[in-house]
Amino acid sequence: MPVISYIQAVTQALREEMQRDEKVFVLGEDVGKRGGVFRATDGLYDEFGGDRVLDTPLAESAIAGVGIGAAMYGMRPVAEMQFADFIMPAVNQIISEAAKIRYRSNNDWSCPITIRAPYGGGVHGALYHSQSVEAVFASQPGLKIVMPSTPYDVKGLLKAAVRDPDPVLFFEHKRAYRLIKGEVPEDDYTLPIGKADVKRDGSDITVITYGLAVHFALQAAEKLAEDGIDAHILDLRTVYPLDKDAIIEAASKTGKVLLVSEDNKEGGIISEVSAVISENCLFDLDAPVQRLAGPDVPAMPYSPTMEKYFMINPDKVEKAMRELAEF
Amino acid sequence: MRVSEVQQEALTAEKAKWMYQKMVEIRRFEDQVHETFSTGTIPGFVHLYAGEEAVAVGVCSHLDDKDYITSTHRGHGHCIAKGCDLKGMMAEIYGKATGLCKGKGGSMHIADVSKGMLGANGIVGGGFPLATGAGLSAKLRKTGGVAVCFFGDGANNHGTFHEGINQAAIWNLPVIFVAENNGYGESTPFEYASSCKSIADRAAGYNIPGETVDGKDTMAVYEAAQRAVERARNGEGPSLIECVTYRNYGHFEGDAQTYKTSEEREQHLNELDAIIRFREYLLSNNHASEDDLHSIDENVREAVADAVEFAEKSPMPEADQLTTDVYVNYKPGGEE
Repeated sequence: MPVISYIQAVTQALREEMQRDEKVFVLGEDVGKRGGVFRATDGLYDEFGGDRVLDTPLAESAIAGVGIGAAMYGMRPVAEMQFADFIMPAVNQIISEAAKIRYRSNNDWSCPITIRAPYGGGVHGALYHSQSVEAVFASQPGLKIVMPSTPYDVKGLLKAAVRDPDPVLFFEHKRAYRLIKGEVPEDDYTLPIGKADVKRDGSDITVITYGLAVHFALQAAEKLAEDGIDAHILDLRTVYPLDKDAIIEAASKTGKVLLVSEDNKEGGIISEVSAVISENCLFDLDAPVQRLAGPDVPAMPYSPTMEKYFMINPDKVEKAMRELAEF
Repeated sequence: MRVSEVQQEALTAEKAKWMYQKMVEIRRFEDQVHETFSTGTIPGFVHLYAGEEAVAVGVCSHLDDKDYITSTHRGHGHCIAKGCDLKGMMAEIYGKATGLCKGKGGSMHIADVSKGMLGANGIVGGGFPLATGAGLSAKLRKTGGVAVCFFGDGANNHGTFHEGINQAAIWNLPVIFVAENNGYGESTPFEYASSCKSIADRAAGYNIPGETVDGKDTMAVYEAAQRAVERARNGEGPSLIECVTYRNYGHFEGDAQTYKTSEEREQHLNELDAIIRFREYLLSNNHASEDDLHSIDENVREAVADAVEFAEKSPMPEADQLTTDVYVNYKPGGEE
């Protein structure tokens, strides 16, 4: 099976979906001739032409809104936000329009749009090129939010997002783009949106996380295994709506749960995961649920020392896992 | 429509030399950042202003510390023209504790409120409402100040462009909207992305004066800005100036610039270059001698070298500084 990078899996999924269904098109800033600033749409303009790979003016509200309108009227758009931080002007279109169309139209209309955006820090992007924005959208019924960790998951989930009849936000960790590689089948396949995935089976402690931090947890788990601590790692993959059954099962399995997110600690995805566990797993727990996350500051600072302090890394995850194991 | 004619104040030799110095500071600073970036010493993204010096300097030469500017992701030139300290800027770009934002902001977010520099901004189109708000403040507090919003051609298609200008217009605020049309929003040509022939045409939609000038002709920018600033200070409301210009480097450092032609680059780096042209203007109008300009060149070279040395020798911020400056304590009643 070919080994490809995280971003190559994005491109491959887009290409295959565009080949499969002529209603699928992409739009965004510099996605056409240039192939995107990260090259996620590389080659698509040459293969599919300017009518299906649309360079847009620099106006995120219109990128999302025009995509939403086209989706309501028969198309399958994949809109790209150049950086997740730039999605903010589009929030009104996404939350007020896309999320509510099916509900407010008595199920007459739907909005099968996919909105992709690279998120996350560790690339010295400073305040507006580093943020995690999932929590902004994660209290909006009507939306789905996918945040894959591996190239295999990227391809299967992005294809599923394109085919999904409802709006899907697809957040890709920009540091994973070239850092993370993995086996990806050349065949067509989809993975279910809304289903978490056990990335490592273990019996002593449970780590529940998503995105790049999954890899940090896996690395840390190997070190803990040398000392006889067996970690169970659940990758949420879809952060909204949450796979509650998988969370309850993973938490109950070991009774010791560490939740990890790169986003600010308060009010994030893992806070909701924690609530699911407290509602359902009281008598299965052997330790207080722990959260490891970014500090509650407005955005990731620029200077490398402070950025490093902000970011989750394998050492921080390992330390938190050890403390939990010893509880 | 043309910005209303006002009595043109003659350019003094002193002002002319200050302008030349600022332009050379910007060019030298940016060339230095370009060189340093290639060595890997600079930790983050940089977007260089070289080539567009006439705009920042032509406009800011009419401003003082009580006047505010909002800037863009390509903000080093605005910072320098508005009087920000080169050492503090360079240290910020290096991510050092001595930087103007103590390392929190970096290249794209340099701010110095003491100079009326509200900040470079990583969000395209972020400045329009902020400048309008600064203009509102200046009007309500009767400071006599004006606000200038620098923005690129990419931003003129953003909703905030229309929202900000309309509001400044209906309230007759002292705001000058300065478009730096360098031909490309990242890699997308202006002609492709904008439905208007010129950004200045859009002023008509808000019933304010708009004009297009050669943004690489320092005196053309200077004179247009003078008209607009006078108009704003006289309570006659906002104006829009479109400066047609060119960036010598890519959108960001590392951009291969495949969307540019070699002919246009060649032309802009030589015969159309703003500094070469302003130099000739100063000499032919006896505003400065060759010796004057040479000594400015030398002093600037030294100042930029000093800024690099300062940045290199400065310490990194302590990691835990990232949790500072989120909120401050305030006394009951609202004061800090």
